[in-house]
Amino acid sequence: MSNVAVKMTVNGQVVEAAVEPRVLLIHFLRENLGITGPHIGCETSHCGACTVELDGKSVKSCTVFAAQAEGANITTVEGMANADGTLSALQEGFMQEHGLQCGYCTPGMIMRAHRLLQENSNPSEDEIRMGLSGNLCRCTGYQNIVKAVRYAADKMNGRQEAAE
Amino acid sequence: MSDAMEMTLEQREATLGGIGCARRRKEDVRFIQGKGNYVDDVMLSGQVFGDFVRSPHAHARIKAIDTEKAKAVPGVLAVLTADDLKPLNLHWMPTLAGDSQAVLADEKVHFQNQEVAFVIGEDRYAVSDGIQAVEVDYEDLPALVDPKQALADGAPILREDVAAKDNVGQGPRKHPNHIFTWDVGDKGETDQAFSGAAVTVKEEIFYHRVHPCPLEPCGCVASMDKIKGELTLYGTFQAPHVIRTVVSLISGLPEHKIRVIAPDIGGGFGNKVGAYPGYVCSVVASIVLGRPVKWVESRIDNLSTTSFARDYHMTGELAADKDGRITGLRVNVLADHGAFNSHAQPTKWPAGFFNIVTGSYDIPAAYVSVDGVYTNKAPGGVAYRCSFRVTEASYLIERMIDVLAQKIDLDKAEIRLRNFVKPEQFPYTSSLGWDYDSGDYHTALNKVLKAVDYKALLLEQAEKRKRGELMGIGFATFTEIVGAGPSRNCDILGIGMFDSCEIRVHPTGSAIARLGTKSQGQGHETTYAQIIATELGLPSDDITIEEGDTDTAPYGLGTYGSRSTPVAGAAAAQAARKIRAKAQKIAAHMLEVAEGDLEWEIDRFKVKGLPEKMATMKQIAFAAYQSVPEGLEPGLEAVNYYDPPNFTYPFGAYLCVVDVDRLTGEVKVRRFYALDDCGTRINPMIIEGQVHGGLTEAFAIAMGQELIFDENGNIQGASLMDYFLPTAVETPIWETDHTVTPSPHHPIGAKGVGESPNVGGVSAFTNAVVDAFAHLGVTHMPMPHTPWRVWKQCEALGIGE
Repeated sequence: MSNVAVKMTVNGQVVEAAVEPRVLLIHFLRENLGITGPHIGCETSHCGACTVELDGKSVKSCTVFAAQAEGANITTVEGMANADGTLSALQEGFMQEHGLQCGYCTPGMIMRAHRLLQENSNPSEDEIRMGLSGNLCRCTGYQNIVKAVRYAADKMNGRQEAAE
Repeated sequence: MSDAMEMTLEQREATLGGIGCARRRKEDVRFIQGKGNYVDDVMLSGQVFGDFVRSPHAHARIKAIDTEKAKAVPGVLAVLTADDLKPLNLHWMPTLAGDSQAVLADEKVHFQNQEVAFVIGEDRYAVSDGIQAVEVDYEDLPALVDPKQALADGAPILREDVAAKDNVGQGPRKHPNHIFTWDVGDKGETDQAFSGAAVTVKEEIFYHRVHPCPLEPCGCVASMDKIKGELTLYGTFQAPHVIRTVVSLISGLPEHKIRVIAPDIGGGFGNKVGAYPGYVCSVVASIVLGRPVKWVESRIDNLSTTSFARDYHMTGELAADKDGRITGLRVNVLADHGAFNSHAQPTKWPAGFFNIVTGSYDIPAAYVSVDGVYTNKAPGGVAYRCSFRVTEASYLIERMIDVLAQKIDLDKAEIRLRNFVKPEQFPYTSSLGWDYDSGDYHTALNKVLKAVDYKALLLEQAEKRKRGELMGIGFATFTEIVGAGPSRNCDILGIGMFDSCEIRVHPTGSAIARLGTKSQGQGHETTYAQIIATELGLPSDDITIEEGDTDTAPYGLGTYGSRSTPVAGAAAAQAARKIRAKAQKIAAHMLEVAEGDLEWEIDRFKVKGLPEKMATMKQIAFAAYQSVPEGLEPGLEAVNYYDPPNFTYPFGAYLCVVDVDRLTGEVKVRRFYALDDCGTRINPMIIEGQVHGGLTEAFAIAMGQELIFDENGNIQGASLMDYFLPTAVETPIWETDHTVTPSPHHPIGAKGVGESPNVGGVSAFTNAVVDAFAHLGVTHMPMPHTPWRVWKQCEALGIGE
C-alpha cells in the first residue's frame, strides 16, 4: 500500500507526514506525533475517549483516517490550556468539581464539553447530559462531570463567584 | 515560623489538608492536561506490537496451525504458537486458584476468542495483516454453556488435560467438569431450623455474567534487556508486586531481575487483577526478539476474554417465625467458572467471602454450599467492584428478605429492622464465621426512611396501585467485608495479604511515601497524603505518593476488594507513627527535655506546661539530618508492613424508587438515596465520587449489562455496540448521605468505600423493580431489567397492553 502525504495543524503546529491510507487519526496522533492525551477505549465510536476537535466539530478520532484530516485544524486536550499556560475554565472545572477519577475519559470529555460550550454557552443540566452522551465514563457516574461543565459555563460567562 | 505561631489551632489543622477535608486531587493536574501516562502511552525505543489469533469456536480441536504465510507478511517479525512455548514450559500457566490455564491453545480451544497464536510485528497494522494470514484447522466439538448440563452424566469432557485428576487445586471433584465443592456452616442445625419453622421461602436467584469493562482495556509492554538479563514489564496491574512474583515463578527469571511498573491505570474494577496470556506472550516475544513488545487488547478482546464477573446460579431459602424473624438460611450455588479456574480470590477461598451471605441480619443458623464447574466460556470470576463474591452474597440475602416480607405481608423496612444485628451485639460473630467489627444498622436505615419520607412514598404507591400504575420501592441494607486480609485467613500463592507503606521525610520537611497498592482512579495520591499529613503534621501538599513501581515500592498485595484504605491506609498511619515516635526523641534532644515531657499538637511537639517551648515537625525533620541524640540513627524514615487483625465491615442503607411503564417495560429510576457508613471519612469529596461511580456501575449491571452466549458458545454482543455502559442521559441522579461508625481495630477507624455502592446498589435496583410487581404476586425477576424483559413480565401478568 503506498503512503499518502498529509498535512494538518495540530494544537497550532503544522505537521506533515506520509502515512498508510488505512492509518486512523487516533493512531497518527498518538503514535506518529506522540500526542497521547486522546485515548482508545472501544474502536466502535461509542466511548468517546478519542474525541478531538476537527475544524470546529467534535470527532471520534478512532473513526477518522489520518488521510481524511488533510488540511484540517485539530485541537486535542493538550491544546486546551489558556494561551498563558494557565488551566482553561473547563480544566479547572473538572478539577474543582471532581469530574474525573481514573482520567482515561477526561481528555475526550473535556474536548466534547468544549465544543458543547462553544455552541451553547449556558446549557441546562439536561442539555449537558445530552451533549456528552457520546462520551462514556466508568468512574464518576457523570454527576460531577455535569457540575464541572456548569462551573466552566459560569466562569466563562463571567459568573465566577457563582462558580466558587 | 513566626507565621505558624500566629495561626490558630484550626488554621494550623486546615493548613495540613489532612483527614476529613475535601482536598482537590493531586493526580488531576496531569489528567486534565492530557499528561497521564497509561500503558498504551508507553513508547520505548525499538518497540514492536503483538496481538492474538483468536478462536472462532467455543470448543474445538486444533488439527494444525500454519504460520508460514503470516511470517511472510511485510512487517511481521514472528508468530508464536503453543508448540513454540512448549520447550520453555510456558504454553500453560498456573492460575491463582490452583488450576492451570492455556497461554496459547494447546491442541484444544475451550472458549470463543481464546488465544491461539501471537503475532509480533513492526506496527499494529502489520500485526493485523499477520493475524489474517495465520491458518488454523479446527475440528468443531459440542460446546457446553449451561453449568447444569456440564455436570450431567455423559456430558462432553471439556478439560481433557485434567480429566483424570481428582483435585484441581480446591478440593475433591465429583465429575470431569466439576472444579470444587465448598461448604460452610452447620448443616444439621440449619436443617433443624427449617423443619420447625413457621414460614419458609425459596427462590432461584441467578446473578448473570457481566464484565467490569474499565474504559482502558488491559495491556502491557515487556522489555527484556538481554545484556543485563533484566526484564521491565509495564502493565495495567492492580497488583504489580504479585505480578512480579508470578512472572518470576512462571518464567524462571529471578525476581530481582524483574521490574514491574504499573503506570496510570484507566479504571480496573477487578478486571486488572489477573495474569493474562497477553502478558506471558509479550514477555516471551521480548526475550526472543530482544525488543520491547506492546500488547493492548481491543474492547472485544476485553469483554470476551479477560476476566468476567459473577455467573452464579443461586438457590436461597429462608426459615422464619410468624413475625418475620429469620431463624435459618440455606444457600446452594452453582458457579460457572468458564474454561479454566482462574478466578481471582484469596487462595483458600474458592467462593471468595460468599459466606458473608447472612448480611446485616442476626441469623442463628446458616449453611452454604458452592459447586464450581467448567463450561466453554471465558475463564475468570473476578470481583467487579466488590470484595470477593460479596455482591453475589449481598444480592442473595437482600432479595430473599424481600421474598420473605412479601410472603408474610410485612413491610420491607420493618422486616429489616426486626432482623438487623443490634448495635450492642458488636463485635458480632455471624453463624457463618465472620467477626463484624462495628455497625449501627438501625440508625442508618431510620435516617434514610426519614430523609425520603418513606410513609409518604408508601401512600403514593398504594394510590398508584389503585390506578393500575406500577411504582416500586427497593431497599438494600447491606454489609460489606473488605480489607483482605488477615494473613491467617488470606493469602495469594502463599503470600499473606498484608500491605505496606514506606515514608521518607526530607530535611526541609517534605516527604515521599511509597505503598504496595495501586490506584486505578481512587485518588490514592491525594488520600494517602491526607492520612500521613494528619499523622505527621506535615502538609499533604508537601507529600508525594508513589505506587506501582516494584523497584521502589515496598511489597504489597495491590488494590482490589476495597483493601487500599483498610490495609495500606493503616500501614501509612503506622509508618507515620513510627516516624513520629522517632521525631519525639529528636524533639526532646532539641528542646533539652525528657521525651515524656512532650505532647503532640497537630504539627509539633510542645513541652507540657511550657507551650512556647516547642519544635515543629518541619524543624525536627531538619534536625534529623543534622543533630540526632546519641545512639539514634540520623534520617527520618520508616516502613510498615500491616497485617490487619481483622477485616472491616462497611455498611449502608439504600433506597431506590422506580416507576415502570407497563406498556413499554421501561423502568425510570425516580430517586436513589444512598447512605454509606465507611467509618472515618478521609476525603468526603472522593467518597461521594466513589459512591456515584459505584452506583452507576450497579445501575448498569441491574438494568442492562449481560454477557450472553448462544448454545454453541458464541458470545453475543461483546462490544460497546451491545454491552450496556450507561451514558450521562440514562444515569440517574444520586443522593448521598452518611453515618460514621469507625472500625475499632483500624488505626484511623477507616473501613473502605469504593465497592459498597455496587454491593448495595444492584440489590436496591432489583428490589425496586420487583416491588413494583409485588402486589401482583411477583417474588423475583432475573436481571438485567431491560425494557423487553420487564414488558414480558407485564405481558405475563396480562397488563402489557
